[in-house]
Amino acid sequence: MFRYIIKRLIYMIPVVLGISFVVYAIISLTPGDPAQLILGADTDPVVLAAKRAELGLNDPFLIRYLKYISGVLVGNLGNSYRTGLPVLSELIIRLPNTIIIALGGIGLSVAIGVPLGLASAVKQYTFVDYFARTLALLLTAIPAFWLGLMLLLFFVLNLKILPATGANSWKNFVLPIVTLAASAAATQTRTTRSSMLEVIRQDYIRTALAKGVPESRIIWKHVIRNGILPVVTIIGMNIGVQLGGTVVIENIFAIPGMGSILVNSVRIKDTPMIVSSIILVAVFIGICNLLVDIVYAYIDPRIKAQYFSVTSKRGKTKTKTGGTVA
Amino acid sequence: MSGTAVIINSDSSVKKRSQLASIWRRFCKNRLAMVGLVIFIFLVFMALTADIFFDYDRQALGQNMKERFLGFSLEHPFGTDQYGRDIFVRIVFGARISLMVSLSTAGIGLVFGTVIGAAAGYYGGKIDNTLMRFMDVFLAIPSMLLAICIVAALGGGLLNLIFANSISQIPRYSRIIRSNILTIKNSEFVEAAKACGAGDMKIILRHIVPNAMGPLIVQATLTMALSILSVASLSFVGLGIAPPTPEWGSMLSTGKEFIRQYPHLIVMPGLAIMCAVLSFNLIGDGLRDALDPRLKN
Repeated sequence: MFRYIIKRLIYMIPVVLGISFVVYAIISLTPGDPAQLILGADTDPVVLAAKRAELGLNDPFLIRYLKYISGVLVGNLGNSYRTGLPVLSELIIRLPNTIIIALGGIGLSVAIGVPLGLASAVKQYTFVDYFARTLALLLTAIPAFWLGLMLLLFFVLNLKILPATGANSWKNFVLPIVTLAASAAATQTRTTRSSMLEVIRQDYIRTALAKGVPESRIIWKHVIRNGILPVVTIIGMNIGVQLGGTVVIENIFAIPGMGSILVNSVRIKDTPMIVSSIILVAVFIGICNLLVDIVYAYIDPRIKAQYFSVTSKRGKTKTKTGGTVA
Repeated sequence: MSGTAVIINSDSSVKKRSQLASIWRRFCKNRLAMVGLVIFIFLVFMALTADIFFDYDRQALGQNMKERFLGFSLEHPFGTDQYGRDIFVRIVFGARISLMVSLSTAGIGLVFGTVIGAAAGYYGGKIDNTLMRFMDVFLAIPSMLLAICIVAALGGGLLNLIFANSISQIPRYSRIIRSNILTIKNSEFVEAAKACGAGDMKIILRHIVPNAMGPLIVQATLTMALSILSVASLSFVGLGIAPPTPEWGSMLSTGKEFIRQYPHLIVMPGLAIMCAVLSFNLIGDGLRDALDPRLKN
């Protein structure tokens, strides 16, 4: 298990390097001079040249990238073009807000989506089922930022029970988390429903029913344990979408997080800030996916067995087939 | 969708045509899917005929400060906004942008994704590894963040939005087509085609792509729904289509200052986005069930 975790963490390095290169290239190789964007359109050329030299913009692209990335590898994310302050210190303040919203959103969506999907599958073609399916359809179609504005209108402006903006108390995080959870809960409901339905049609469920096993026991012991795996996969896949969603949601609720700084930084092409925040997000997603895979191992003994026997030849081939099936 | 029809019909065997017909029959039986199709056709109709019924410069852009913030009326079915412009007319013109972006994004993703995925899956080895690792990098960046970076780098505007959205969609298509190719690459009918002297291109286009068409079409409808949301989100944070061009997201963005007094400014564009996304999702679900009835729950 430990070896597996280490291996996965090492695999993350080339991906992060690739991401940083792609994003750095997109920002650097397109028209638009950060110095000009920061100082304004009609700045004295001498001042402009000095600013360019100060930011190191006169170096060729590859040199700039190598300078930046060699700093990142030793934990120095560079200085912001706009403020001149280290990027890391600014991002470290903002990262927790984003993580709270993203994890809160995932947690809430699982808490709503999985039970609803299960109920919908067990009581197929009943009122519960139609309700869950309609709700899921509507929630996937509602744009997150619009839902956020509607919740803002209702709870903040009309009922006045929640604060509108800022990140001072837990109350500030209620609406962003609900907003973010809505569409994810819909995905969760749909995945859970179809996955559980597939299990319910299996022969061993019919056998259990025929043996006279109580329905609640069948659901808990057979249906959920087998049907939960695709649901866990979807949760892992959704993390990236959730983090993308927080960008817009932070904007609505004026929460100082990664999203708001990203949107502000892209306007002036604050390259170290943009690339570093995307690296942090990518690392966070990578760690979440690793956690999902570990959870997988604990849910499914077959996968757990593979992790422990990675060294043996047989284990390796098994991992491969298991991987494609999962 | 017309792409499938062409590919399948070009084989012009009776059996394949009847398969297409039976897919269409199953699709028509699905009431929700038909609702989605009707909404979609209505949106397309609106986008295509907007110029006949409305005057873009006068009604969608022209300001009329005497008629600000009007409520719902016969003359202005969705009311008017902060500059006295008719919200309904603006939504109708906004449908053009949303549909254009979503259709082109799906098209670009489909074409480039298929080419890359087919090359990777068919030739395997080093080509496969290089291409797919490259795709993995794009998949690892959340699509919204990647789109923000690209739009910021290139500037807003329709073409850049389409480009920004397609980049993150291409890897999804190439993965679908690659996995399909891997499963049928060694099947007997491909071997037979090879033995008959068919070239790589012909095998890929004639035998492999049509077999992967089902999941690709379903993915395309998903892409359309996603890109409508994505364009609206980008415009909402001020990185997409700039006002005063009528775009649903930027209408929401400029309307949100007046949310307290005049909520209809943001309710109506939001409902338009919702209908569009809903229609694509319904069509996608319907197509998935129609293409592969075994999956139907």
